[in-house]
Amino acid sequence: MIRFENVGLRYGMGPEILRDLSFEIAPQSFQFLTGPSGAGKTSLIRLLFMSLKPTRGLIRIFNRDLSQIDKQEIPLLRRKIGVVFQDFRLLDHLTTYENIALPLRVVGKEEAEYRADVVELLKWVGLGERMQAMPPVLSGGEKQRAAIARALITRPDVLLADEPTGNVDPPLARRLLRLFIELNKLGTSVVIATHDIALLEQVEARRLVLADGRLSVFD
Amino acid sequence: MAKISKPRANASRQAPGKSAPNRPPAPARAKPARRRRLAREGNALRPTAPIVPPQSVAGRALTLVVAIMSFLACLTVGAVSVVWDAADAWQNDLVREVTIQIRPVDGIDMAREIDRAVALAQEFPGIGVVRALSDAETRQLLEPWLGGGLDLDALPVPRLIQITLADPGSVDLDQLRTAITGSISGASLDDHSVWTSRLSAMAGTVVLAGFAILALVMASMVLSVVFATQAAMAGNKDVISVLHFVGAEDSFIAREFQRHFLVLGLIGGIAGGACAVVCFVVLDVFSREAEGLASSDQLSALFGSVSVSLPGYLGVLAVVFLVAVLTALTSGLAVKAHLAKGD
Repeated sequence: MIRFENVGLRYGMGPEILRDLSFEIAPQSFQFLTGPSGAGKTSLIRLLFMSLKPTRGLIRIFNRDLSQIDKQEIPLLRRKIGVVFQDFRLLDHLTTYENIALPLRVVGKEEAEYRADVVELLKWVGLGERMQAMPPVLSGGEKQRAAIARALITRPDVLLADEPTGNVDPPLARRLLRLFIELNKLGTSVVIATHDIALLEQVEARRLVLADGRLSVFD
Repeated sequence: MAKISKPRANASRQAPGKSAPNRPPAPARAKPARRRRLAREGNALRPTAPIVPPQSVAGRALTLVVAIMSFLACLTVGAVSVVWDAADAWQNDLVREVTIQIRPVDGIDMAREIDRAVALAQEFPGIGVVRALSDAETRQLLEPWLGGGLDLDALPVPRLIQITLADPGSVDLDQLRTAITGSISGASLDDHSVWTSRLSAMAGTVVLAGFAILALVMASMVLSVVFATQAAMAGNKDVISVLHFVGAEDSFIAREFQRHFLVLGLIGGIAGGACAVVCFVVLDVFSREAEGLASSDQLSALFGSVSVSLPGYLGVLAVVFLVAVLTALTSGLAVKAHLAKGD
């Protein structure tokens, strides 16, 4: 589904922060991306999400060579990838419901078409009573769940989550993890970037470990 | 700590384990009745808010700038309309009128020559009324320069014959000129072609100047909108970033901004156009009330009635439409250019 071959990344004229990354995200796979803070996890997530271009190497996304993909096609490919950012990136002027419906509005769906789906998903992530709340009044955990719901609403092929449990207490972290696993069981490939050892110990899953810009894969 | 069961590939149809939460909802998976109930629950929601917050798009200041620019553009259109109408009226009058001038020649009876010229002119096809100016009319014509009580016989004053053309297209003026100058002593024919060509040139210049002013005003407005769009985009960097990662195309983002600027352009354009229309109406009322005053008469002599005609008002409508479209288009292009630069 996504394959990296000898990928390297540097910002500007700085040192190479990711070196010779070679790995594959298989369909319906589940993996953790881990490593110490500053190891480049977020940069790798951004490469996976096509918001950064590698300085060298080959990236194939959905069987397409990234270097050959036309700029206009990138949004269409991004729709197959859900992303949950550490800082949630919810829009403060939209309600929780509107934030979660955003990816559907972007693809041109009418509200009547998606209303039931959004309400159902909101209930499923436990935000059924917070549909009309604005993000500034949501707790950290609620924001996190809203961000996850927004990433899931289009049923993406791949879900990338950057420190999804970084702002929540351990019980909620476990609940969110179960949520990701359920999603994976339904066919979505999941990549969770985290340096939370406790979270890693809860699931036996493939681990991609970043250290000093290099990646080690533990199946 | 109890471990959660390892996720397995190709397990999409597995029932959830005891510890797992309910399965995530899938779009269109719920039964129709349940979907209807869920949709009803969503009925209490507020109307969907715009993705780009309206208050983040330069509001009142830009609306005011657009309104002022529209007002100036509409005034220009109104002024051009007044001058164009006046030039058109002058031109029509002049084209429909030809003058024969008979200069006094020694030994020739002026009155007889005038009668002959009148008779000759009346024979030509397309000629309407041929009328020699009476002594009283000639005196009145010369009064501003030579004073009252003028004795026409004491001075070698040329006499005028006014010809009104019934059908300007069918009159052969060259033939008329040849006939008049050949058979009437001291006669010449003035078809006012010098005046009409000057008038055309003057009206054309005024219209060109009007369009130039209009173009400058619109260019200033476009630049203001470009700056405002850039400011709006800088203020909505987070919104644009979120839209990008949920898969929005540049054209979608541009449309979201464009929508706000179209509304802003419409409000500004209508406000400016309405102010201009009020000015036109006030000018019309004043010019009617001032009829008979010396200054008003001079203006009337130049421009006829100083009022904006229907094409002028239609021009105002066109300016309002143009302002709204231009504002929206400019903002859309500015957003696309900004996004392209960002990539």
